[in-house]
Amino acid sequence: MDAAALTSRFPATQDLAGKDMPTFRVAGSDLLAVVSALRDEQGFDLLADLCGLELQGRPVRFGVVIHLLSTTHKEYVRLHVDAVNDRVPSVSSLHPGANWHEREAFDMFGIVFEGHPDPRRILMWDSYPYHPLRKDFPLAGIEVPFPAADVAEVTGQKVEPAPMMGGPFVSHGGKLSEGEPSALDQSWTEEKPKA
Amino acid sequence: MVKSDFGYNSKVEGEVIVTRADAVVNWVRSNSVWPMPMGLACCAIELMAAGGSRFDISRFGMEVMRFSPRQADCMIVAGTVTYKMAEVVRRIYDQMAEPKWVVAMGACASTGGMYRSYATLQGVDNIVPVDIYISGCPPRPEALLDGMMLLQEKIRQEGGSLRRTFRGRTVETKIVS
Repeated sequence: MDAAALTSRFPATQDLAGKDMPTFRVAGSDLLAVVSALRDEQGFDLLADLCGLELQGRPVRFGVVIHLLSTTHKEYVRLHVDAVNDRVPSVSSLHPGANWHEREAFDMFGIVFEGHPDPRRILMWDSYPYHPLRKDFPLAGIEVPFPAADVAEVTGQKVEPAPMMGGPFVSHGGKLSEGEPSALDQSWTEEKPKA
Repeated sequence: MVKSDFGYNSKVEGEVIVTRADAVVNWVRSNSVWPMPMGLACCAIELMAAGGSRFDISRFGMEVMRFSPRQADCMIVAGTVTYKMAEVVRRIYDQMAEPKWVVAMGACASTGGMYRSYATLQGVDNIVPVDIYISGCPPRPEALLDGMMLLQEKIRQEGGSLRRTFRGRTVETKIVS
């Protein structure tokens, strides 16, 4: 891994001094060129993972993390990209394996991957109106119409918030960990509405 | 076996058994349940084990698993039903010919189980009428067999019509003989 070559060629790229693997913050405008250079010049030929994340307390709300693996040098590299205006260029043209990962990040966070060949949801149904892994989305869910109108007519079923009261993930001992913000959401029950 | 006048006596009845049509129909139905394995999660693995040689569901006349809903009369919902899949489960149920029964196998199919989340249907009885609920996460094959034997018992006690309630409404299917 030649970090100097990368940072000198792409001045907007910042070395984050990752403890487990080389880590860089890459500008969205440079992303395709950086991934392409890593693949063709430094041997990072396998996209191991691509995931979205919500960054609390930072000016840009969403980001994407890409892990690349070099099958020749047996080495990983991690790239952070900020999703400015919730948009990130798609790397599906360079690594076809990114296709479904990017669809999942779009489905769960609403990050739009520009240039994606098939920008549909992958886990939730197409007409679902929310992005469930956002921090402002309650764990229990939000009521929306049932996916199929004809089945909803017969069954009267709606997509309802799941009951949390007495459920297996409801913590009764208060806040368990300072480092686990998502646990706060479990204070929500039928009797005590979400703040 | 001691023969007595109170039991079946071929001399008295002339080798004719007199019974009710319902009883015969129910006896036939209960001993040839053709399940439709709606395997959606890990419960389906236990369902497969129940069909294997060790547990051998064919001892109860239910080994004819049919993956086509039109050839099955008992849907075994084995696993987590997500809202995205719920539509499919209901459509497959609609395609099964009457009379038909539904078994909710395991915690997820019965109540949503541990998946209290935005994506999971909280019990398959929200979209289809369920006859038997089997507890467990996942239930062992013995529990499935016990539930299926309970279903056989229920089939044997059914009257001349199949009457079931679903979300406050009564759905009735008449037996045409």
